Amino acid sequence: MQTDFLQEARRQAEICNACRYCEGYCSVFPALQAERAFSDGDLTQLANLCHNCRGCYYACQYTAPHEFALNLPQALADVRQDSWEEFAFPRAAGKAFQKNGFAIVLATVLGFALLFWAARALATTGGEGFYAVLSHNAMVAIFLPAFLFPLLSIAIGLRRYWQTVGGAPVRLSHLSGAISSAANMRNLKGGHGDGCNFEDEDRFTHARRYAHQAIMYGFLLCFASTSVATLMHYLLDMPAPYGLFSAPKVLGLSGGTLLVLGCGKMIWLKLRADTSLGATNAFGGEITFTGLLGFVGLSGLLLYAGGNSGWMPALLAIHLGAVLAFFLLTPFTKMAHGFYRMAALVRDVQRREAG
Amino acid sequence: MTDTPDIVVIGGGNAALCAAITAAEKGARVLILETAPKPYRGGNSRHTRNFRCMHHGPLGPLVESYTEDEYLADLMKVTGGKTDEQLARLAIRTSEECLPWMEEHGVRFQPSLSGTLSLARTNAFFRGGGKSLVNAYYRTAEQLGVDVLYEAAVTHLELDGDRVARVDYTHEGKAKSLSPKSVVVASGGFQADTDWLARAWGPAAKNFLIRGTPYNRGVVLADLLDQGIAQVGDPTQCHAVAIDGRAPKFDGGIVTRLDCVPFSIVVNKDAQRFYDEGEDVWPKRYAIWGRLVAAQPDQVGYVIIDAKSLNLFMPSVFPPIKADTLAELAKKMGLPADALDKTVAEFNAACGEQSGFHPTELDGVATSGITPPKTNWARPITEPPFYGYSLRTGVTFTYLGLKVDENAQCSIGDRLVSNLWAAGETMAGSILGQGYLAGFGMTIGTVFGRIAGKEAATHAN
Ligand SMILES: Cc1cc2nc3c(=O)[nH]c(=O)nc-3n(C[C@H](O)[C@H](O)[C@H](O)COP(=O)(O)OP(=O)(O)OC[C@H]3O[C@@H](n4cnc5c(N)ncnc54)[C@H](O)[C@@H]3O)c2cc1C
Ligand code: SF4
Ligand code: SF4
Repeated sequence: MQTDFLQEARRQAEICNACRYCEGYCSVFPALQAERAFSDGDLTQLANLCHNCRGCYYACQYTAPHEFALNLPQALADVRQDSWEEFAFPRAAGKAFQKNGFAIVLATVLGFALLFWAARALATTGGEGFYAVLSHNAMVAIFLPAFLFPLLSIAIGLRRYWQTVGGAPVRLSHLSGAISSAANMRNLKGGHGDGCNFEDEDRFTHARRYAHQAIMYGFLLCFASTSVATLMHYLLDMPAPYGLFSAPKVLGLSGGTLLVLGCGKMIWLKLRADTSLGATNAFGGEITFTGLLGFVGLSGLLLYAGGNSGWMPALLAIHLGAVLAFFLLTPFTKMAHGFYRMAALVRDVQRREAG
Repeated sequence: MTDTPDIVVIGGGNAALCAAITAAEKGARVLILETAPKPYRGGNSRHTRNFRCMHHGPLGPLVESYTEDEYLADLMKVTGGKTDEQLARLAIRTSEECLPWMEEHGVRFQPSLSGTLSLARTNAFFRGGGKSLVNAYYRTAEQLGVDVLYEAAVTHLELDGDRVARVDYTHEGKAKSLSPKSVVVASGGFQADTDWLARAWGPAAKNFLIRGTPYNRGVVLADLLDQGIAQVGDPTQCHAVAIDGRAPKFDGGIVTRLDCVPFSIVVNKDAQRFYDEGEDVWPKRYAIWGRLVAAQPDQVGYVIIDAKSLNLFMPSVFPPIKADTLAELAKKMGLPADALDKTVAEFNAACGEQSGFHPTELDGVATSGITPPKTNWARPITEPPFYGYSLRTGVTFTYLGLKVDENAQCSIGDRLVSNLWAAGETMAGSILGQGYLAGFGMTIGTVFGRIAGKEAATHAN
């Protein structure tokens, strides 16, 4: 990993450890204060515990122009961003996409192109609805690897993470502890329940937490929709299309709506926030990825709306192309943070148990 | 603001903000003149972490109870009775209603910081520290329509008989003046003016470090005292502690403290010990060492510890100087190596039984046969690597101030100044004659800031 990022984070962590004023904001500080010296692994763990709420920046009496020049949110964001690139498998893909909005757009366009091509080349004569455009088998042939590969990649990434931070064997209690704090984004409340500092300097608001929750639950609902549909297809022999009040549609519609609203709000917030309190060089990549995720939701909703029109084949190719790009990019974009953050939370539960 | 405000508040720290908010809530148009630029707004208040609060039963983050009498007794102990008891009781009694008031105005509290459990009953800690408190108050003040001018340095208050007729200040390089109905002075002490400190304390003060803001230079205080406004507090004294000698000249704040003295020997630049390092648990001795170091040549001390003591105290902001031998450590720290060797050898030889060593209690593990003795935690310095820190005197605040009554009002001769109030550090000498009680500075600022704001608004309306 980049030693200058680590060195800068270490310098700042040592100052915080002598100060400790921010220990009520988030779980970074109790973890930080448990150490006297910070190994690269310690810093990587702290960086992935931080969710960039910026409370500790606006509260800090040592920010520039003070000579200590504290900017812990940025120092940790740089280490975090760098760690995702470093742990990515293959590493080159992490380097190509994490910070690069253009590469993400390019990959998405390639996704569209592939699906348009597939629709043409593998056109079916049989199927109904979407399967008239692309046979179910063709979809599976494209999406099964596109789904399994990221899983494998992330598993490798997490293994690398676990080795770096010196994690212990994981027990069920570690997982449940981590999941409960992720589920309501406890840390995003800023410790006092007023939220975080983001779009309006030192004002505490819940905007970012709500936007993030909309994205997370929106994504999970969409994912559930696809999963349910897959089960219905294979187990119950009930292939698509499904009616408006069927489980896949209800889940998909609500999830897609949440995803679009959440991503839209998140982009709006990011554009207002001070970029110098994050990993500045990753800003473009983050915004673009959020855009892609929102677009997955939006194109899905459009497909619902235009499913019976002549636009359907084009809408289907666009939606599936975006989904394809999204899946394949997951280990190499901001999306990876969800997995590393969970790992960091699990590790933190372990630390608290041990201490 | 185009027209003249009703009230000008001088300063931009805790006391000023409490006054401005209170006055604005009473309907007055308030202007804050803060000499610091925005990133440094908030004076010493931005370095604080808690305030001391009386309470009957659990209150916010505070546990159990802390009564008026106990609070007053704690205060009397540190000030040696140099306290205006009436004002002290007023501050103490009012502190209880301050906590909910602070929460209503945006301040958030948290359980006492790790390593400060002894304060969990008496001191309410600000979540995020003093700067987050200051930020919250600026937000609240702005919502109430208070105007704030940064980099606005007040230079002179023109007195006309028993009232302030004009406030002169500079802003954006231009001299300006205003004639508000009421004026609140909340611009702190004079510790950042090292020339003044040197005049008061002696030339040694030039080597002192200032723990807080460089902007509290006592300009308004001097201007008012020169014009005969009543003063209080010992003009030659300041509150000082021993801090890391590598700290910046100003604004080093809390992180520059060093907690390792009880586990060390401390020598001067001639490598001679000069005081019992193990006299008491560290928080109680913290302030004494500021004076002890100030009395040594070049106003500097050197702490020497060995490997076995390294993890017994709070981590320091700068890593200690480290060496495998004492001679090498002496060289790195600029100390005479032979003399250090001799001092350490004498000290080591004077150490006795150590099985009762206990880092957080007075353990009675003492030296015998040397002067000065070390009366607790005396363990020989033998285990390499050896570590060293330099110590310097860090000034927290000065005691000289404006004398006020229970309405925070200033006086001249035997009359009140009809439209001048003072709050915070600049009048704290009225209550704190000497010594310091952790968290009392913010209590004084909050209590008297609110009183001053209320009185100033009543006068203006
Ligand atoms: C490192 C440190 C830690 C501390 N910790 C605590 C603690 O935990 N609890 C506690 O109770 N106390 C603590 N204190 C003491 C505390 O800081 C003071 O008692 C308190 O902040 C005083 O508040 P104030 O508003 O009077 O002054 P300040 O907060 O210092 O504000 C003075 C303001 O006046 C402005 N000013 C000065 N001159 C002019 C001028 N000519 N024109 C315009 N503006 C001017 C300054 O810029 C500043 O904004 C600490 C002090 C230090 C240095
Ligand atoms: S961010 Fe600043 S105020 Fe917060 S703990 Fe670190 S040094 Fe202290
Ligand atoms: S930015 Fe927020 S989450 Fe990150 S360390 Fe600071 S307070 Fe904690």
